[in-house]
Amino acid sequence: MNNNFLTNILPAEGGLEAAGTGKYNVVMAILGMLTLVGVGAGVHSLWVGHEHTFGVSRGVPWGMLIAAYVFFVVTSTGLCIVSSVGHVFGIKNFNPIAKRAVFLSIATIVAGFLVIAFEIENSWRMPVGNVIGANPTSNIWWMGTLYGAYLFFMLIEFVMLQKNLHKTATAFGLAGLLTGVAAHSNLGAVFGLLNGREFWHGPYMPIYFITSAAMSGCVAIIFFTYIAYKFNGWKMNDDMKKAMESVAKMGALMMAIIIFFTCWKMITGVTGQPPGKYEAMQTLLTGTYSMNFWGGEVVLGMIFPLLLILAVRGRNMHVLFIASLAGMIGIFFMRYDLVIVGQLVPAYHGMGLVDYPELLTYVPSLHENLVVVGGIAFCALLFVMGEKLFRGHLTENH
Amino acid sequence: MKIDDLEQMDSEDLRGLTSNERRKFLKMGLAVTGLYLGGTVLSLTSVKNAGAAGVVPEDGQYPYSPHYSMVIRERLCIDCERCKNACVKTNHVPAYGFRTTILEKRRSLGGGKHETIFMPVLCNHCNRPPCVRVCPTTATYKDEKTGIVVMNPPRCIGCKTCMTACPYNARYFKEETRAVDKCDFCFNSRLSKGESTTACVEACPADVRVFGDLADNKSRVYQLVHAPETMVWVLRPETGAVPNVFYINS
Repeated sequence: MNNNFLTNILPAEGGLEAAGTGKYNVVMAILGMLTLVGVGAGVHSLWVGHEHTFGVSRGVPWGMLIAAYVFFVVTSTGLCIVSSVGHVFGIKNFNPIAKRAVFLSIATIVAGFLVIAFEIENSWRMPVGNVIGANPTSNIWWMGTLYGAYLFFMLIEFVMLQKNLHKTATAFGLAGLLTGVAAHSNLGAVFGLLNGREFWHGPYMPIYFITSAAMSGCVAIIFFTYIAYKFNGWKMNDDMKKAMESVAKMGALMMAIIIFFTCWKMITGVTGQPPGKYEAMQTLLTGTYSMNFWGGEVVLGMIFPLLLILAVRGRNMHVLFIASLAGMIGIFFMRYDLVIVGQLVPAYHGMGLVDYPELLTYVPSLHENLVVVGGIAFCALLFVMGEKLFRGHLTENH
Repeated sequence: MKIDDLEQMDSEDLRGLTSNERRKFLKMGLAVTGLYLGGTVLSLTSVKNAGAAGVVPEDGQYPYSPHYSMVIRERLCIDCERCKNACVKTNHVPAYGFRTTILEKRRSLGGGKHETIFMPVLCNHCNRPPCVRVCPTTATYKDEKTGIVVMNPPRCIGCKTCMTACPYNARYFKEETRAVDKCDFCFNSRLSKGESTTACVEACPADVRVFGDLADNKSRVYQLVHAPETMVWVLRPETGAVPNVFYINS
């Protein structure tokens, strides 16, 4: 039964032949090992308690694993958005990247779930607790539930695409897109609806999350498509190049919007020195996180990739790859800073307290780093495997 | 433009206005005035409800019965920490955590002199608790009868969203129960066993902390927060959490 199902959706011929088994096996072995190391670090932390292995604290309860989770689900939602441009909304230029984007949106969200499973102290209590204790006012509840539905829709869409049932695939693609956007804006609201956290509070977070998801999706699909072709020694046809150009241009537009958003976030954080928000913003602009912000977020994540894409008008694949590589790193910094800096201003700030820190600190521990590496390796493993199994995710003309 | 051309132009004075246009202008003026007048009347009618906007609830407006709350007579605190020790013993609070603590404020008196004020803090058992809103599994909830914010440890998944949501840093993760732990006004350790007050209140030698039912007008907490010429405040009122721990200066 299971085998029948697989033979139905796995392409037996056509498409692109993956690289030789030797190279493939070596890469899979390395990625598999790294995944196991990450899982090992995660299980060890669950066993002995996060307090002994993670850098998080009472004051900064969310660490790098939350940032990595946000990174993965932002990328997943973005890939879903990018895939829907062609598949759901019928813009033909985007069709060649759609299948890979759908597959990767599944791979990234699964990697995100792997990371969050080790961040949550008792993830095994979730399946039952989420049902019998369902709390409709909780954004975390909506986010988790909707992302569950999202994964389901994306899986069905992918299977339907493999079976060439395009009408059904489009319907599920649209369902996936809508639940993805709802889930993702709820993730933004997890931060944005906390009245006591001035840096996060407000409508900015959900709006920013969706826009930066669209940007991340463009960056990620360029990044992965280029690597897939390089790794397997394939040659891009003109349709694919055209698709990459279109995606790059959409990505450039999203970067411009994110730059605009970030400017106003900065200005509102500084003008009139709003209590709580100002201290956090200063940490980013001139404080301990200024290298992350200016170097990571602004240069790598926004300015550099935008200029590169504009300089070659989206037409030089090597330059696009460099832009996407810088973008991926920059986007990770964006997630990290957003999660950590939002918690650094302590609860009783501005009350003239003695022996009370003006700013809290957080440093990710070895275990946290290993779990993140494991998540990235697992995502990469699924990606490399997918390229081989689904023969380069080629779309037939129809 | 030459002076001759100016003479050729239509006059813009009031004589050129038709009575229709005058009427239209008057009507618009009336409409604008009416709108503002109406708005003012509406805003006046809502003043009655806005009266409760202070930190002390209006008489009779207590959602719970007994409506447990605490009054902290801040200036009396001498930082002896007996409240902390009593809490630790009574509620089995581990060394790495706390349910209540004492913060230290410093205020300039001019001339290089300062005064120190000790500020005990604990869970504020808010009427609109942010921690309860964000909990995905209702592992933390507001007790329907007493309004105490309590934990159901086996339900807690350890996502720690309540810890980021709490404006008062009142929560910590307790390894022993694998759940977030917090002050419950000694509900589990004392109140449910027939005691009438919390461990910290009982231990305080300076009568700083006063615990009781705000809905009962004979209780000390009621009389303290409703006493004339008393300054009553709460911590971080801007978060909209509507806390039930009141601070007074007398």
